[in-house]
Amino acid sequence: MIKHKKPDAFYDTFERKGAGQQTTHYCPGCGHGTVHKMIAEAIDEFGVRDRTIFCSPVGCSVFAYYYFDTGNIQCAHGRAPAVATGMRRVHDDAVIISYQGDGDLAGIGTAEIIHAANRGENITVFFVNNAIYGMTGGQMAPTTLIGQQTLTTPTGRSAATDGNPIGMCELMSALSAPVYVERVSLGDGNRVLKARRAVRKALKNQIDGVGFSFVEILSPCPINWKLTPMDARKWLIENLEPAFPVKSFRDTGTPGAVATARAARDPSGPIPDDEMVRLLGSQSEIETIDRVTGLPEQRVKVAGFGGQGVLSAGILLANCAISEGLHATWLPSYGPEMRGGTANASVIVSEESIGSPLVDEPTTLIALNGPSIDAFEGSVVPGGLIVANSSLIDREPARSDVRYCMIPASKIAQDIGFQGAANVVLLAAYAAIEGFPAIDILRRVIPHALKKKNLVDLNLQMVDAAVEFVAEHPVAAPSAAPLPVR
Amino acid sequence: MKQLMKGNEAVVHGALVGGATHFFGYPITPASEIAHAAADFFPRTGRHFLQAESEVAAINMIYGAAGAGARTMTASSGPGVSLMAEGLSYIAGAELPCVIVDVQRAGPGLGNIWPEQSDYNMVVKGGGHGNYHNAVYVPNSAQEMCDMTAHAFDIADRYRVTVFILSDAYIGQMMEPVEIPDSVHHAPAKPWALGATSETRDNLITSIHMSTADQAAHNWKLKAKYDQMEAEITDWEEVFTDDADTLFVAFGITARICLTAVQRLRARGVRAGLLRPKTVFPFPRTRIAELVDQGPVREIAVVELNDGMMADDVQLAAPSVRVHRLNWLGGQVPTAEQVLEMAAQKAGQR
Ligand SMILES: Cc1ncc(C[n+]2csc(CCOP(=O)(O)OP(=O)(O)O)c2C)c(N)n1
Ligand code: SF4
Repeated sequence: MIKHKKPDAFYDTFERKGAGQQTTHYCPGCGHGTVHKMIAEAIDEFGVRDRTIFCSPVGCSVFAYYYFDTGNIQCAHGRAPAVATGMRRVHDDAVIISYQGDGDLAGIGTAEIIHAANRGENITVFFVNNAIYGMTGGQMAPTTLIGQQTLTTPTGRSAATDGNPIGMCELMSALSAPVYVERVSLGDGNRVLKARRAVRKALKNQIDGVGFSFVEILSPCPINWKLTPMDARKWLIENLEPAFPVKSFRDTGTPGAVATARAARDPSGPIPDDEMVRLLGSQSEIETIDRVTGLPEQRVKVAGFGGQGVLSAGILLANCAISEGLHATWLPSYGPEMRGGTANASVIVSEESIGSPLVDEPTTLIALNGPSIDAFEGSVVPGGLIVANSSLIDREPARSDVRYCMIPASKIAQDIGFQGAANVVLLAAYAAIEGFPAIDILRRVIPHALKKKNLVDLNLQMVDAAVEFVAEHPVAAPSAAPLPVR
Repeated sequence: MKQLMKGNEAVVHGALVGGATHFFGYPITPASEIAHAAADFFPRTGRHFLQAESEVAAINMIYGAAGAGARTMTASSGPGVSLMAEGLSYIAGAELPCVIVDVQRAGPGLGNIWPEQSDYNMVVKGGGHGNYHNAVYVPNSAQEMCDMTAHAFDIADRYRVTVFILSDAYIGQMMEPVEIPDSVHHAPAKPWALGATSETRDNLITSIHMSTADQAAHNWKLKAKYDQMEAEITDWEEVFTDDADTLFVAFGITARICLTAVQRLRARGVRAGLLRPKTVFPFPRTRIAELVDQGPVREIAVVELNDGMMADDVQLAAPSVRVHRLNWLGGQVPTAEQVLEMAAQKAGQR
């Protein structure tokens, strides 16, 4: 049964095309108009005109919004499935149609259609395959047949140069998420009736929440095929159909696994504002203290192997600074060297707001291994402090104008029972020597900073051991230089 | 209570406070922590996170979600932002609001993951095809990564533009104390958006204007909007500019370094000052011109991790004054002393 009245989902007149226009902009015999009509009728039939959002592509159907009296969005070439995905995440109840040509979907937009299908987006895709780029005047499409002449295959498409025509339904069927994949044809009246049923089913699937549906429509482009509308339909049946089998590839009829999983998710939406503010603010609640003022700016370089806790020692230090109401910056070396090579963190702590976060002349170097002391020993300011892990550094200090604390941190940590905490031993030694951070604060921050709560006690023992070591081995003033005025 | 966090994490906190509901991401160093934090916080707060198959898809998902009325965003670095160019142009043409964070790394090509500010021209001058601009905020701390991102959603909705947070690898990777604002912003009503209802059925999101007259009218309308933005949202910070004869101009990480450099010059008795743009589109050109025409500024040093991209804009704003270009490339970041050395060299005095 062919309907002759204009569907409601079509505008009465196509004002966007020009005042009072009644005809489409498509060429005589073009398949796009036929497909549009089927879609509009299905929208009418299901009564979803208000809920429908039509995503038009780049191609001859770029102006679909001239015709569809629905929400409309015009998408970049090939990207409609991504646009539809974005829409889908915002409006659960929208009926979203992605309408695409073969250049759009099977060429420039291959990634977007494959991934939208693979995610099982609950959308409906109508893929109009006319084996050519219509809008741009008849160049080769990914679906152009071998031997078919186009402007860019003037002697016919050759498999050797251009590869074979791509079967999108076949590709879709290789994915598990799509629930409905069918190829139909506009070759004659009977085929058109079948196509109409497919269009209807694909839309119904979405409305019922069944999942991703994909209908490929073999469609004539008489103008670029350089055939009359009648001959174009004949050519379609005789040439396109053998290359692109017209059949149903998949029709589960029931919600796909993806749709089922999605329906089971908590639909409650955004949590209340106050709850979110609490969540965002609640990462670490450490009591702060008001410290005695007069702390000179601390520019600390922590350096060692990746995996020795260099970066986390720096974070611990910066967290202590916050707890004392001070400004702090922490800047990591990052990237490939984090995987096994050397790592360092630059921490600045100051009573004033901090300009450059780079530590080129540290007031303190905390060196966890030999290469670190080699690299940074020379950069420490005269009168500055070097706290070095003597368990892994077997050479004498090289400078006479800085203070040294050579502490067997790895051994101390190992004796306590967790060698991985040598970084804490060194940091605590620094704190004990410089009076910053306050040992009390360090002890309070550690439980918050550690992810593994069962290690808190061991780490607090590290602090005690370091404090004890420093008390027993006081750090001597540098022999060659006075303490700098900082 | 302040929390220690990376600039990249602060972005996500700012986004949630700013009312963002949809994040579409694709991993890239040094921006990935933004996607990581979004993947954690967005679902936990009843919002949406989706890892797209590419930055091309991500920007088009944003096109869809923004067209549907949502506050939506993504974050990337140079190579990813390059891929978004077409989508950004469509978004500008269709006048959709969104927020994009670019944590800049060194380029061109794959480059490396260390900081440059060499996406300046791409982001500030548009990035994609056609006659359009983005609003571009340039944070210089973790706190500003949070605050500017939150604010960006309001600006995006007010003007229906893309707002860029143009950051860099150091500002993204650095940890600092951040105070999370405690009032949540919300999107205004968007009667133009696609709501999937009878009221919005007639709405159309498009960037096509077939007649030259229509396209011209549309483009002039966009231009008027950009002019209005210049009048209303241009933002900058000044340090010691009252009596400065040497003016440093820098944004992002180099502004932090210049602050230290300027403080050291002051300590040595040199009358140096710093102008730090907080927006680079719109650019504080009027203020720079004012400082030169009406103040004691005799020379300007623009310090950038590119070959002088913003310096071009500064020179345009102040054609009568010498603009020195202090540039570092390849991910090399100068210390304050190195900035001072090069400044002295360029000035050929002191
Ligand atoms: C990024 C981009 N590249 C190229 C074009 C030019 N272009 C417009 S339509 C089109 C081909 C459309 O062919 P198809 O998808 O088969 O649709 P049809 O016109 O045949 O319906 C091309 C290449 C574009 N608009 N955007
Ligand atoms: S060029 Fe082809 S696809 Fe385009 S309108 Fe004409 S017949 Fe239809």
